[in-house]
Amino acid sequence: MGTHDIIFNGIAAFLTISIYTFLYKDNPFYKFAEHLVVGVSAGYFAVILYYNGFIPKLIEPLKQGQFWYIFPGILGIMIWTRFSRKWSWISRFSLAFYIGSGAGIAIPLYIQNFVIRQLSATMLPVGFSSWQLFTNILIIIGVFCGLTYFYFSKEHKGAFGVSAKVGIWTLMVGFGAGFGLTVMGRVSLLAERVVFIRDYLNDLFKYLS
Amino acid sequence: MENERKDLYDWMMNLDRRWVYLVIGVVVVVTAIVPFRVPMYITPEVRSVYDFIESLEPGDVLMIGVDYAPEVMAELHPMNYAITRQCFKKDVRLLLCCLHQNGPGMVEQVIAQVSEEFNKVNGEDYVYLGYKPYPGITILAMGQNFRIPFPEDYYGTPLDSLPMMRNMTNFDDVKAIINISGGSGTEYWINYANGRYNAKLGIGVTGVMTSDYYPFLQSGQIFGLIGGMKGAAEYEDLAEKAGYISREKDQLSAFKSMPIQTTTHIVVILFIVLGNIGYFMSKKRK
Repeated sequence: MGTHDIIFNGIAAFLTISIYTFLYKDNPFYKFAEHLVVGVSAGYFAVILYYNGFIPKLIEPLKQGQFWYIFPGILGIMIWTRFSRKWSWISRFSLAFYIGSGAGIAIPLYIQNFVIRQLSATMLPVGFSSWQLFTNILIIIGVFCGLTYFYFSKEHKGAFGVSAKVGIWTLMVGFGAGFGLTVMGRVSLLAERVVFIRDYLNDLFKYLS
Repeated sequence: MENERKDLYDWMMNLDRRWVYLVIGVVVVVTAIVPFRVPMYITPEVRSVYDFIESLEPGDVLMIGVDYAPEVMAELHPMNYAITRQCFKKDVRLLLCCLHQNGPGMVEQVIAQVSEEFNKVNGEDYVYLGYKPYPGITILAMGQNFRIPFPEDYYGTPLDSLPMMRNMTNFDDVKAIINISGGSGTEYWINYANGRYNAKLGIGVTGVMTSDYYPFLQSGQIFGLIGGMKGAAEYEDLAEKAGYISREKDQLSAFKSMPIQTTTHIVVILFIVLGNIGYFMSKKRK
């Protein structure tokens, strides 16, 4: 590892430790690292968006004589009026266009792929002859009971109450799995940082000796 | 005696979280200094991604959509490296794109390093399309023609002048898409690439996201799922056993972090048990 890597990886290790000091309590090192992350991310995003969106999708077409690109450009400029209380109403035209076109594109496909296909995936063959058929039963019971829990027009009593109870247990199992995976995800980030610092310290001692 | 027990149960339930952090910190550091090998169980959803890539022939094109930023690279970078190495070792060509604003550097880092390892040539063995904002619109446009959102590649070369792109128009010309994502990007790929264009889709996501995407695996909308660092470690294990990557030479960062995962999870479970014992015992006393 060269001097360049030692210096920059050293900065990365210092910033990592600065962020983790927040676990004890808020402090200037944490604040500095946090603000640096936010600032660098925003700056990076702005530059990337400028060169990958603004230049090729507006400036270059205009330079090539495709003047109809001026209309989306104007809609984009109108968004900036949100910074003025007096003129912010103008931005609603851009937002209306954006939300309208976005919803038009997304809603039919969203219903198809996130509702209909999920529903059809619940219509499964069932039976006790194989493990697959048995797990299909569990899926169907879980979905049915989960839905009954969210049916509030009838009091959760009797058989309906039992179904809702099974539904909430099914939901709890789902939340538990989600929580477990969240812990795993957060620990992964910690593990990678600790391995990084360990490897950096190894390299640093080798470099110094 | 009674009061002492009550105090103990209260202490168990209201333990200062900084003690939890301290214990986890100590365990993590000790495990990092004295690592051990964790046995790896390969889940079917990870294996199906691996097996699919195994089934590809030299010259086939696989598309990888990289939608993550440095904050989740601990979980997603290892799977990106492992899949890229597997493809290049098998002479499968790669078409890469990025739909996350802070992600272009992630693709650049992986492809620059791995292409050099395998002597792969930009434009012939792989093409990096670059980044475009608005993932939904970009995927829909790519479904018609890659040249609509990306007339040039990441390095400014027109797509038509790249040998690999000459006979490629849209998703019909790639064998499958692997989306590696740390955010909502996966939903766009499922909704538009698979839902609209029926593209074969496999995904690699962070641990936090994993449980959200199992229903899509069950419904057949995705053919495989690599979940978090555990999934990445499974993939590294498969690739290592096949000789595509090497424990000594390559980073295998997911595999290296698994001992830390294991010990930390044990500590977390112990703390949960401790808190619950305190809760149930104090409830019993009342």
